[in-house]
Amino acid sequence: MTFDLRRTALRGLNLPAPGCRQAGASRHVVSLHPDGAHSIAAGVDAPINIDVLGHAGYYAGGMNKTATVTITGSAGTGVAENMMSGKVHVKGFASNGAGASAHGGTLVIEGDASLRCGISLKGGDIVVGGSAGSFTAFMAQAGRIVICGDAGDALGDSLYEAVIYARGKVASLGADARFEPMTATDIAALQELLGHRRPQPRPQAFRKVASGASLYHWNADANQEY
Amino acid sequence: MLGASLSRYPLEGYREKCATKTVLGTRYATKPIVLDIPITIAGMSFGALSANVKEALGRAATAVGTSTTTGDGGMTKEERQSSKTLVYQCLPSRYGFNPDDLRKADAIEVVIGQGAKPGGGGMLLGQKVNPRVAKMRTLPEGVDQRSACRHPDWTGPDDLAIKIRELREITDWEKPIYVKVGATRVPHDVKLAVHSGADVVVVDGMQGGTAATQTCFIEHVGIPTLAAVRQAVDALEDLNMKGKVQLIVSGGIRSGADAAKALALGADAVSIGQGVLFSLGCNSDTYIHKGQHIEATQDYAAIGTKPGFCHHCHTGQCPVGVTTQDEVLEQRLEVETGANRVKNYLKTLTMELTTLARACGKQDVHHLEREDLVALTIEAAAMAGVPLAGTSWIPGRGF
Repeated sequence: MTFDLRRTALRGLNLPAPGCRQAGASRHVVSLHPDGAHSIAAGVDAPINIDVLGHAGYYAGGMNKTATVTITGSAGTGVAENMMSGKVHVKGFASNGAGASAHGGTLVIEGDASLRCGISLKGGDIVVGGSAGSFTAFMAQAGRIVICGDAGDALGDSLYEAVIYARGKVASLGADARFEPMTATDIAALQELLGHRRPQPRPQAFRKVASGASLYHWNADANQEY
Repeated sequence: MLGASLSRYPLEGYREKCATKTVLGTRYATKPIVLDIPITIAGMSFGALSANVKEALGRAATAVGTSTTTGDGGMTKEERQSSKTLVYQCLPSRYGFNPDDLRKADAIEVVIGQGAKPGGGGMLLGQKVNPRVAKMRTLPEGVDQRSACRHPDWTGPDDLAIKIRELREITDWEKPIYVKVGATRVPHDVKLAVHSGADVVVVDGMQGGTAATQTCFIEHVGIPTLAAVRQAVDALEDLNMKGKVQLIVSGGIRSGADAAKALALGADAVSIGQGVLFSLGCNSDTYIHKGQHIEATQDYAAIGTKPGFCHHCHTGQCPVGVTTQDEVLEQRLEVETGANRVKNYLKTLTMELTTLARACGKQDVHHLEREDLVALTIEAAAMAGVPLAGTSWIPGRGF
C-alpha cells in the first residue's frame, strides 16, 4: 500500500493503518514525499511496517503501538512521543524531544538527537547512534537511553528510575544524576540494545548514568539551586 | 444582578421554561459535547483523590447530564465506566497518558496551567503514592511525584497548534479539544489558544484550589476569576471568535449565582473543583458510613487541624476519605453517598442559576448578558468591566 503525501491527505495514510489488522490486508505501508509533514503514522495501532521515504515533521510515529515505522530521512520534534510499543527507526537526525514520555517500544536514531531526547521517558528504549543534546533524559522515569556519541549539558537532570549509557563526552550531569559502575546486567543490556549496529560498539566503552535519588523526597533543607 | 421590573419582563420562577443545554466544541470537532447543564466538574487527579471519589464524581455528573474530567495520573476504569461524558486531560507530566484512553475520552483538555499555580507544575507527596497510583504513573511507590510545569514535546503556541493536530489525527478529528490556562496574561493566552486551534478555552482563575503547591503560589500568583473572565471574553470578541470557540471559566465558582455571573459576563460554561469536594463532605466534622454520621473531629486533630479550615490534603490523611489513598480512610467516602451529595449540589446550582436567569427574563441561561450585571465595588466594576451600581461608570473606561 503506497501513499504519496503530495497527492493524498495525511488522513489517508493514518486512517488505513488500523485497518491493516484485517485478514488479507496489506501489512506494509510506504509513504512517499513526506516533505516534513507532521503527525505521519501518529496513533497507529497495528503490527505493520510503515516506511516513510524522506523527512518527517513533528510527532512522526507518535503514540505508536506495535507498528514498525522507518523514516529514511530526519525527523522533527517529538518523534515517537508517548510510544507504547513497536519500533520507530530514524535513519537521519532527530529534533527536540525524541521519544518524549514514551512508555515502551524502541526508538533508534542513527544520527544525532537534539535537546531533551527521552524527556519524561516512562519505559522502552532509545538508542542514539550519534550525539544527544542538552537535557537528554530530563525527568525520565523508566526505560533505557543509549548515546553512542557525546551528550550535552545537564544529562539526566532530575532522573527517576531510567538509566542512561553514554559512550562519548558528557558536557555535564544534571541535578541528581551521577555516574555509577557498570555491572554485568548493564553490559548485557547494552549488548541487547546495540545488537543491530555494525560494527557493534564495545559495551565496556560506555558509562552508566543513573539517579542519585536525592530528589525523590522533597527536602526543605536542600540547596534550592540544585 | 439586575432582576427584571418595569423595563424588563421576568419569567415565572419554578414554572416557565429556562433552558440549560450547553454545547461545547463546535469549532472543529465532528462530535461536540452536548451537556444538559453548563456546570461541569473540573480535572482532579486520581492520586490527589481516591478511586471512590473519582467514581462518585462520574456517577453524579452522569446523573445531571454533565461532564467530569480526569486529572494528572490518567484515567481510571471506574471513572470511565461511571461517566457518560469524560474529558481526558493531556498534562505536562503525561502520567498514565496513552492512546487507548485518549480514544475512550469524549473530549481532550490540553492543560497548560492551573489557576491555583500557573507556571508551577505540582507535587504529589509520597504518602499518597500507593501501589496503584505508582503503577499508573510509572514511578516507585512512596516517591514524591513531581508534575512537570512544561509539556515535554512542544514549546510555544506554534508547536501547540501542531500538537493539537496530532491529537486530532489520533482521535479521527472527532473529539473537542480544550486548552486550559491558568489566569495570568489572559488576553494573550486566550488569543494564542485560539490561534493554536482550540475548540474550547478553559480559563482558571486564582481562586482555584490545589493541594499540590505552596501557599505563596496559591495566594500570590495569577489573577482573580472575575477579572479573567472579562479579559477572556474580550479576547474572543477581538478575534470575532465569541460563540465559535467556547469559553469555560473556573476558579472559585461555588454557587449558582457565581455561575450566572460568569455566564452573564460571557462564559459558555463553568467548571468546579473545590466546591464539588465540599459537597462530598470535605471539611465536614462527620463522614457518612452506612447512613450514619460518624464523628471525625479527632482525626482532624491528629493531623493538626479542624473541620472547616483543614487544607491538609497533602498529608493523605483526609478524615472524611476524600483526598486520601489510605485503604482504610478511603472507605469513609462511600461511592453511592458521595454521588448523591454531588448530584444534589449540582442540581441546586442549576436551580439557582435558572432562578436568576428567569428573574432577568431569560428563557435560556446562555441569554444572560453583561447588561444584566452591575458591580457593588469600584474594584469589581473595574475588573468585570461592568458599571458601578447606580452609575454608568466603568473604571478605566472614562465617564
